[in-house]
Amino acid sequence: MAIIFKPSPSLPPPVTSVGAVAWVRQNLFSSPLNIFLTLFSLYILYLLVPPVIEWAFINATWEGSSKAACTAGGACWAFIGVYFDQFMYGLYPEAETWRINLAVILLVVMVGAFAVKTINKLYLSIAILVVYPIVAYFLFAGGVFGLEVVETSLWGGLFLTVLLGVIGIVASFPLGIVLALGRRSEMPIAKSVCVVFIETIRAVPLITILFMASVMIPLFLPEGLNFNKLLRVLIGITLFSAAYMAEVVRGGLQAIPKGQYEAADAMGLTYWQSMILVILPQALKLVIPGIVNSFIALFKDTTLVYIVGMFDFLGRIQAANHDSNWLGTTIEGYAFAALIYWVICFGMSRYSMALERKLETGHKRN
Amino acid sequence: MSDNTTPSNNSFLNDAGNRALIFQILLLAMVVFAGYYLFSNLQANLDNRGISTGFSFFNEPAGFPILIHLIEYTEANTYGRAFVVALINTFVISLLGIILATIIGVIMGLARLSKNWLVARLATVYIETLRNIPLLLQMFFWYFAVLAALPAPRDSYEFADFLLNKRGIYSPNPLIQDGFGLVIFGFILSIVASIGVIIWAKKRQTRTGLWFPAYWTSLGVIVGITFIFLAMAGFPIEFDLPQKSRFNVTGGMVLPPEFVAVLVALSTYTGAFIAEIVRAGILSVNWGQTEAARSLGLRDSMTQRLIVLPQALRVIIPPLTSQYLNLAKNSSLGAAIAYPELVAVVMGTTLNQTGQAIETIGLCMLVYGSLSLSISVFMNWYNNKMSLIER
Repeated sequence: MAIIFKPSPSLPPPVTSVGAVAWVRQNLFSSPLNIFLTLFSLYILYLLVPPVIEWAFINATWEGSSKAACTAGGACWAFIGVYFDQFMYGLYPEAETWRINLAVILLVVMVGAFAVKTINKLYLSIAILVVYPIVAYFLFAGGVFGLEVVETSLWGGLFLTVLLGVIGIVASFPLGIVLALGRRSEMPIAKSVCVVFIETIRAVPLITILFMASVMIPLFLPEGLNFNKLLRVLIGITLFSAAYMAEVVRGGLQAIPKGQYEAADAMGLTYWQSMILVILPQALKLVIPGIVNSFIALFKDTTLVYIVGMFDFLGRIQAANHDSNWLGTTIEGYAFAALIYWVICFGMSRYSMALERKLETGHKRN
Repeated sequence: MSDNTTPSNNSFLNDAGNRALIFQILLLAMVVFAGYYLFSNLQANLDNRGISTGFSFFNEPAGFPILIHLIEYTEANTYGRAFVVALINTFVISLLGIILATIIGVIMGLARLSKNWLVARLATVYIETLRNIPLLLQMFFWYFAVLAALPAPRDSYEFADFLLNKRGIYSPNPLIQDGFGLVIFGFILSIVASIGVIIWAKKRQTRTGLWFPAYWTSLGVIVGITFIFLAMAGFPIEFDLPQKSRFNVTGGMVLPPEFVAVLVALSTYTGAFIAEIVRAGILSVNWGQTEAARSLGLRDSMTQRLIVLPQALRVIIPPLTSQYLNLAKNSSLGAAIAYPELVAVVMGTTLNQTGQAIETIGLCMLVYGSLSLSISVFMNWYNNKMSLIER
């Protein structure tokens, strides 16, 4: 009779080293310091989260047309409801707001069309960059096809914020590329002009540029020639963000190995051919995160136009906070503004990360 | 083909050098012309409006009050003095902001790398929230929503001898009495002594390899000697405590809400950016460095301090510099909540009262330009000092 060796089944690992218990032990209570930090964090969460939830949701008033409706003691979201149109469109006439909505829908459809494979990308780009701005301008300003004229002083709210941000970034992009190329150029005069421009702008805060745009530009123009404040501010924002864009693009240009420049030269390409066909496509791809970051920064910076007297999204919130019928709704206004800005900025930063992964072609050195 | 040596396209214009020259001459001409054109328009406009150029208005009485002034200032003082007051306010808020933002940034950056899951998550939430909300909105929030919601002076919150109400934070004001010179003497003596300790410890370490906790010792020396001299002089400091009355607070030292709001907003906002820089810097140090340090028998704290941190600093310093520059420039947003810094006083009130747009805006740009320049010069010096010295 042979004795067959039968190993007894292995014991399960101790409960303290697998599953939730182990996770908690490792991640929350691994040392005295960690125990203290965990308890401290829990205490802070206990102090912050329940009151905020109670204020923002449980005791909140969602509907109503005046402050009197808000009796529950929590947040008065009715305030946002009443002012919603102003926050979105500023003082744009209510009957005409469909024009803004239409322009936004148009833009979304056109950008979305990039996903359709059968559409010619070049024509689409031209349509978005050349045709669309003209159409949108006439939609916003009116004055043609029987559309009522809407003064730019009435433009405001989130509409103005997005307008400033988008035009600022789109216009500053080509300017920034030219400045970056100029800074890397071997021509001494062209180089110094670009360096002086970029460094001057980057050394001063946006506010001074905006003040310059709103106060100083009229002084530099001949008598009689003047353009409206929105355009002046837009010029200021564009020049400002072009200087930052130039530095981002320069980073990309410097990252391209010298061999690429030499190869382009060896092919007999002219300067502009080699830049447009060889260098820039590679360089710009490298700096997409940087470009998106400067767009996020610019988008947040558009709030500063409030200081020179334009009522963008934050400006309208601030104005609504001073309404004597709605005293004590300051926090609701800011919370709403913070939420919108946060969603847009955070969304863009996530999008840029996704784009970076998508464009990754595996040539990155690790 | 009779003439092979000069092909037809080898003209003057086809030479790269000549083309660059022509292009540059054209560019220069354009810049000069634009400058001349704008300047002549400016002259004409200023003449039409009867504005005289120059800084002579600096000697005229300003006639407006400035709430926060660290040097003597009244309405009767000149615009020049108002400018200096504003300049000091900008410097103070930038300097304090940089210090606080660095502390917050380092703590949050380390917290985000913490092995403690909860702490890391909280730090992430902090960083991602503050980074993605405009600074101006945050300043408004602190000023109009938080500080303005504090109770009136008579219902102030009290902690020890500090008062907190909507007029600001009140703290005891130290008043220096006779005999304080002795304490200052003691303080200087203690600093000299601690420098001596550090030099001695360094020399001993190079000679024998023995390590000595020089920095803790010198801290003890400074505190100890200063305290002994303080006791010898009979504690020559009295505190003027803030007293709350019905409508106001008398005595004490006050941090006005404008100052607190700007400082808190600037330092928490920039701190979130610095946290990301610190995190990236520490992650950039190869894990092998930590393992090597451990195998040499260094303790965890020494590994961090002697091995990881110096290498991380090389990655951290350049982007940190640009965050410091941003903070200094962003202090100009204080103008929006009436913190009397450069933009508010010079480009706001002075410009409105005198109409000297060119001078005031130019002056502000010059000041911010030099502020930026000096920060970057200092940080470049520090960067060179810390950077890898290769053979």
